[in-house]
Amino acid sequence: MSEPVRSTRFDLAPDHVLHRIQGAALVVGGLGIIGCVIGIFAAREAFFHAYIVSYMFFLGLGLGSMALLMLQYITGGAWGAVIRRILESATRTLPLMAVLFLPIAFGLTHLYEWARPDEVAHDAALQHKALYLNVPFFLGRAVFYFVAWITTAYFLNRWSLQQDAAADPRLTRRLEMLSRGGLLLYALTISFATMDWGMSLEPHWFSTIYGVIFMGGQGLSTFAFVIPMAALLADRPPFSRIITPTQFHDLGKLMLAFVMLWAYFAFSQYLIIWSGNLPEEIPFYLARTRGGWEWVGIVLMVVHFVLPFLVLLSRDLKRHARAVSIVALALIGARFVDLFWMLRPAVAPEGFAIHWLDPTVAAAIGGIWLWLYVSQLKTRPVLPLNDPAIPREA
Amino acid sequence: MKRVPLHGIMAEFDNPTALVVAIHKTRAAGYRVMDAYSPFPIEEVSEALHIHDRLLPILVFFGGLAGCIGGFGLATWTSMIDYPINVGGRPLLSWPSFLPITFETCVLLAAVTCVLGLLGLNGLPMPYHPVFNVPQFALASREKFFLCIEATDPQFHRQETRRFLETLAPLSVAEVEN
Repeated sequence: MSEPVRSTRFDLAPDHVLHRIQGAALVVGGLGIIGCVIGIFAAREAFFHAYIVSYMFFLGLGLGSMALLMLQYITGGAWGAVIRRILESATRTLPLMAVLFLPIAFGLTHLYEWARPDEVAHDAALQHKALYLNVPFFLGRAVFYFVAWITTAYFLNRWSLQQDAAADPRLTRRLEMLSRGGLLLYALTISFATMDWGMSLEPHWFSTIYGVIFMGGQGLSTFAFVIPMAALLADRPPFSRIITPTQFHDLGKLMLAFVMLWAYFAFSQYLIIWSGNLPEEIPFYLARTRGGWEWVGIVLMVVHFVLPFLVLLSRDLKRHARAVSIVALALIGARFVDLFWMLRPAVAPEGFAIHWLDPTVAAAIGGIWLWLYVSQLKTRPVLPLNDPAIPREA
Repeated sequence: MKRVPLHGIMAEFDNPTALVVAIHKTRAAGYRVMDAYSPFPIEEVSEALHIHDRLLPILVFFGGLAGCIGGFGLATWTSMIDYPINVGGRPLLSWPSFLPITFETCVLLAAVTCVLGLLGLNGLPMPYHPVFNVPQFALASREKFFLCIEATDPQFHRQETRRFLETLAPLSVAEVEN
């Protein structure tokens, strides 16, 4: 670890499978957009209900990546240095997520009860909450969140690229200082953003741990995305000499930690509301344990906690890039189930149902997101050049 | 029991890298029964020695499982059978409120099993071990790294093994008396 300076650049090989994935993502995204346009006219309500779920997932990848980047700058560790460019590329999709917020901004009345004046007129509680839950303030807060996130992501990316050109310890220090404030800002903004966009779907209900559940979920989504990405990169030298089983072991351990963290947060909310048994708190779980949603909840416990927890205990599995990637991809599916279960019952009280727009919107946002992601990944060396935390070649 | 005059032959190294290299060479030369000693844990050493102990994780898993069942069972037994109390009209089997204690006892028994299992499987506490008969070995807990080829190795030969270890560029080579 004495000579951190690396002279060779680590670029994506021109024949790498990611190029084909990028093309496929664009096709899927394009088809998804066509489906969405049909959906907006054929089933407008269902479109917005599907949109918020997929939107929160892909927003979570960008924000979770940003949070993990900052966490690594503060705490150090090779696990974060080898995936830094994978994370940075995801944070550069945040401007896209800001643009993709526009449909939500234009469709507020389809999603939020408090945005429909005729309903607020008959609801004393909503009139009382109108000081916070009103359209101009809601949009103003959204602008503030995106400015905060994109600014943080901009400087994280800019200074990291400068570090490639020169091993300047002042840059490392500056990134560390930014990360300290940035993590605090992330925790506050994500708490308010999920309160605005998710919790206010049920404007009479409240939970103080709601934002934290989303934070844990974003961290898990990010690891579930990063591990297969790292496995794709590590399929050949020189990456395979840097991203070794040791790195996958570390990433797998952190993913296991986030599986447990999510279960801890989700259960904390349940236990407190269940014990309190108060009429203003329990509607959240009443809506989610009826009309078929109870089965989604049970599936969620199994696929989001029990199964990944048990398989990720294995040391050999975590050290095996392909095996841990399969678990990670399954966890991405589980994340969708979680967001679906958290958000959908709030707007569709008639019971569990999957609309054809659910996969369509996920394909549209996901396809465009992945296409942009890979194009961002290609613009820089895939491993940072002058970072002392990068392990030496094995 | 067959009396073995020597426990083995021990080589002393200056740094962990030299130790790992020496282990690889020793295994390549066909020796299998050996052990390494270092002041701090070195993951590569376990890998180089091909130590694949699968027993402790299994013990810890079942310790944790016993903690889960025990904790949940204790809460269930006390609140359903031994001393049932109606708390705010909640069912006697209020399983959500039993889960925190279930988790705690799971962690507790898993951790205790891990510590005791570690000691037990390593045969600790061990009041006597022949390696301490080598004077230099006092530094094994401070700054030196040791590799000992044990006499029970089928390929062990008092002179040959000593000569072999000397080719690995050690600081010293010593016979370990039993």
